[in-house]
Amino acid sequence: MNSISKTLNKRKNLKNNLKIIRNESSFIKAQKMDVPKGLYEKCPKCNRTVNMKSNIENDYICKHCGNHFRMRAIDRIKYIVDEDTFVEKGFGYITLNPLFQDGYEEKLAKYKKATNLDEAYIYGFGQIHGKPCVIGVMDSYFLMGSMGSVVGEKVTRSFEYAIYKKLPIIIFTASGGARMQEGIFSLMQMAKTSAAVAKHNKMGLLYISVLTHPTTGGVTASFATLSDIILAEPHALIGFAGPRVIQQTINQKLPDDFQTSEFLQEKGFIDKVIHRKDLKQTLSKLLAFHRRRF
Amino acid sequence: MDILAKERKVKDLEKKISELGSGEAVKRLRIEIRNFKIKEMTKLTAWDRVLLARHQLRPTALEFINYMSPDFIELHGDRLFRDDKSIVGGIGSIDGNVFTIIAHQKGKNLEDNLERNFAMPHPEGYRKALRLMKQAEKFRRPIITIIDTPGAYPGIGAEERGQGHAIAQNLFAMSELTVPVIAVVIGEGGSGGALALGVANKVMMLENAIYSILSPEGYATILWKDASLAPKAAEAMKLTSYDLEEFSIIDKIIKEPLGGAHFDKEQTFFDTKKAIMDEYYKLRRLSGTELHYQRNNKIRNFGFLQRFNYDNLGGIKR
Repeated sequence: MNSISKTLNKRKNLKNNLKIIRNESSFIKAQKMDVPKGLYEKCPKCNRTVNMKSNIENDYICKHCGNHFRMRAIDRIKYIVDEDTFVEKGFGYITLNPLFQDGYEEKLAKYKKATNLDEAYIYGFGQIHGKPCVIGVMDSYFLMGSMGSVVGEKVTRSFEYAIYKKLPIIIFTASGGARMQEGIFSLMQMAKTSAAVAKHNKMGLLYISVLTHPTTGGVTASFATLSDIILAEPHALIGFAGPRVIQQTINQKLPDDFQTSEFLQEKGFIDKVIHRKDLKQTLSKLLAFHRRRF
Repeated sequence: MDILAKERKVKDLEKKISELGSGEAVKRLRIEIRNFKIKEMTKLTAWDRVLLARHQLRPTALEFINYMSPDFIELHGDRLFRDDKSIVGGIGSIDGNVFTIIAHQKGKNLEDNLERNFAMPHPEGYRKALRLMKQAEKFRRPIITIIDTPGAYPGIGAEERGQGHAIAQNLFAMSELTVPVIAVVIGEGGSGGALALGVANKVMMLENAIYSILSPEGYATILWKDASLAPKAAEAMKLTSYDLEEFSIIDKIIKEPLGGAHFDKEQTFFDTKKAIMDEYYKLRRLSGTELHYQRNNKIRNFGFLQRFNYDNLGGIKR
């Protein structure tokens, strides 16, 4: 008996050694502590200085012009999911740096420390107004939310978890596209995540994607636009190629509202542009409409 | 000296031969050419392969199709907006087996290229491909896709009509197909534009083709802010067929003649056809579900990562 408890303890210690980034309680701490460094920031839309503290109280919306600031993944979860219901899943993947790029691992370590995340995507089980679902959030502060092997794997896992538990899934996308440091592997994640959506779709489950600023490149061209219902935040940049690339290719000025969510709604590629304050209510309603009755 | 300079040298020598006509000197020159080819053109750098993949004279998809399937009938249009000429698709038979063939088509000269939009498809091109794939599924026809594109076209019209959406729909639909899908990369395979036709049971590549997430120039610009470092980027990106086979992203390499496919087109076409048919005869034995499973299993395993598995660190399993 003694030897058993000894091995159990040993194993516990090993576990603790491997939890490099955070232990269980620090996730909640990070939720509370996550205030940006500078207290004042300039609003990118109306160029007025905003007090970040009151801005955070206002759900990261500029009180002058209604511009939606970028949100950290952890804040987003805190904002959308009911209190104390979020359980993170699929934690602890690392990329093996397929192209053997110098400095890539150090860069990742730096971002991991700064954002308190293990990759640009986190997912888990959560409840919205009491309705259970799987929530996945991409963080644009982590290497521009780019999709590498780990993000692709975690997105796929989140769909597989949703299939396993027969739950609807909601994904908040914010990404600059595929992660070029991982080369062809990042590209293949597009196929992988799309196939995962197909499997989830086949089970007759609901998938809602919420496109936030910015959603471009490989993420737009894979799981972000494959959902049953596509919602978007106002004034978000959404597109396949970046505006700079397009400008370089065609050598003419782009229209003012080009590639914004309003533009895409007009062209018919987005179901609804939703103000951040109404987001939780809408998601809750949509989940209620799709509740399975059997 | 990159591959194009070497090629020019070979051309010069060949010109000399035709000027001389016949004689002892010609024989000597022929031997010189052969030796030069074997010595200089067998070991290629990644950048050489990039140059070869973009070569003006490199055979285009329609040439491959016309060799493999002389009775090919091209089908046009996506039924929604217009016909995109940068993607060609249709039905043809190879050795008595009927296939749906979809391919990126590059132009031979500037005029042709402008019409084909340098093989950079708009969303309607992908929707045409999707339509043809659905059709193939209906009639249980196997699909061959031929990939040769620098990438999907970045333009205002393309964005307005949902470039990302079109590519995503293709990836989605291709993973669901229950017929054999064989993809061959014959030249450039650039980013999402290439992948939108590249979700297949077997992916093959010509020896000097490339398949990458973005162009080496783009990679160099983003990482080092200097497009002239593209040769270095090509080396770092691991975009050649041999690297990708090592990563098991592709299944098979189709050998090219010395100096690139354009030196002996017939041989390239023959080898490609043989490789495709070999794989097809293997895939034909599988049922629809098995094909679907095989493809999805292959896709699922893409990635270069590891998980700290907390539960298998020794000790007792509860």
